Amino acid sequence: MSKIHIPTPLRQYVGKQASVEVPGATVGEAMTALVAQHPDLRKHLYTEEGKLRAFVNLYVNDEDIRYLHKEATALKEGDNISIVPSIAGGAV
Amino acid sequence: MATTTELPVTLNKDEILRYSRHLIMPEVGMEGQQKLKAARVLCIGTGGLGSPLALYLAAAGVGTLGLVDFDVVDYTNLQRQIIHSTADVGRKKLDSAADKLKGINPFLNLRTFDTKLSSANAMELFRDFDIIADGTDNFPTRYLVNDACVLSGKPNVYGSIFRFEGQASVFATEDGPCYRCLYPEPPPPGLVPSCAEGGVLGILPGLVGVMQATEVIKLILGIGEPLIGRLLLIDALGMQFRELKLRKNPDCPVCGTHPTVTKLIDYNEFCGIRGEEKSVSNGVPEIQVEELKRRLDKKEDLFVLDVREPHEYQICNIGGYLIPLNDLPKRVNELDSSREIVVHCKMGGRSAKAVAFLQQAGFTKVHNLAGGITAWSDRVDPKVPKY
Repeated sequence: MSKIHIPTPLRQYVGKQASVEVPGATVGEAMTALVAQHPDLRKHLYTEEGKLRAFVNLYVNDEDIRYLHKEATALKEGDNISIVPSIAGGAV
Repeated sequence: MATTTELPVTLNKDEILRYSRHLIMPEVGMEGQQKLKAARVLCIGTGGLGSPLALYLAAAGVGTLGLVDFDVVDYTNLQRQIIHSTADVGRKKLDSAADKLKGINPFLNLRTFDTKLSSANAMELFRDFDIIADGTDNFPTRYLVNDACVLSGKPNVYGSIFRFEGQASVFATEDGPCYRCLYPEPPPPGLVPSCAEGGVLGILPGLVGVMQATEVIKLILGIGEPLIGRLLLIDALGMQFRELKLRKNPDCPVCGTHPTVTKLIDYNEFCGIRGEEKSVSNGVPEIQVEELKRRLDKKEDLFVLDVREPHEYQICNIGGYLIPLNDLPKRVNELDSSREIVVHCKMGGRSAKAVAFLQQAGFTKVHNLAGGITAWSDRVDPKVPKY
């Protein structure tokens, strides 16, 4: 099992949980398990074609998966996945 | 870092006393304090992030502080924009901020720019500064600040907030990654709510703005480990700080090895924003608050649907039937498609999405209340509180 950290803006789609434990041997499998458990998350993370949105980054522990093996990045027991969407707030 | 070509600055007797707690630390000392005085920092925005940022930089003895803002202090700003006071509501943020900053430190050379940062003025504005601190609130300006920093070779001290979440980093240093290395593309408009719709915990910009100020000071002094190549994530609810590695992307369109962005572009277009108001109405049938009031007074058969959250309904409501936007797909069967429906939210953004959804679901007599309950308060019933 891996732990996926959910950023606060997306917690409303996972029953207000800060993290979700999911099975999966790769990042892609873990994310598939996540959106299967919480279907409302899908459109916030994936395009209609099923591609991870360009403003959503995924990390395994502290590494960006774009510099590992992307969604094929293998997971070890207890790995932490972070979903890091871009946020813009500050002044208003 | 942050060296200027001017003559070495000196501190007078009053300044030496003022900065004594810095001067007795060997990491700062007289040399560091002189570096601070010689430094020129430009803050983009004097809002939630810009308030603590500018206050602490002024207090710390940063010699030249530039502020860019075109906005006016609003009553709802006071919950977090601590540079402004209640008496400043209605004043230009620049005037209000200038009073406070000069009050804290009369030695400050303050330069104010009463303008909206744009592709036309950014390079010119950045020219006279060494470090840029980004305290803006929207994606087009974030990308603009980043690109202008990369193109002018100036570090971008970044902070961003949403609800209970913050991010901080230092972008666009000589060897470090930039904001586009992290996020090559912005989210499409409408998918991510703004702070005005999504809310923000008032202390959070304080926390993140002070982190930005800390990073600015470290860059000027050349001490410690700046947040270059690191993204700090702040979760105020769990009070957890996590750090992620950022890499410089060799394919980055602006700072990569073969850049495709070599001058500033149209950032509204890049972020998919065309007309200011278009994104809200966007082909969705609208009704004005005055017309709704008139028709309700005539007891016409209108069903008012409120798609805000329950905690917003508690603040104020106009008696609408509450189904939060996110619950609408699974609760759509509670609505009668034969009746005429007026949908509202706070400002008209979420309700426009609800109307589009209902139209797709086969509802034909459905309207968006333009301007939401805020417009109702402004133009129909001022007893309805605004938030």
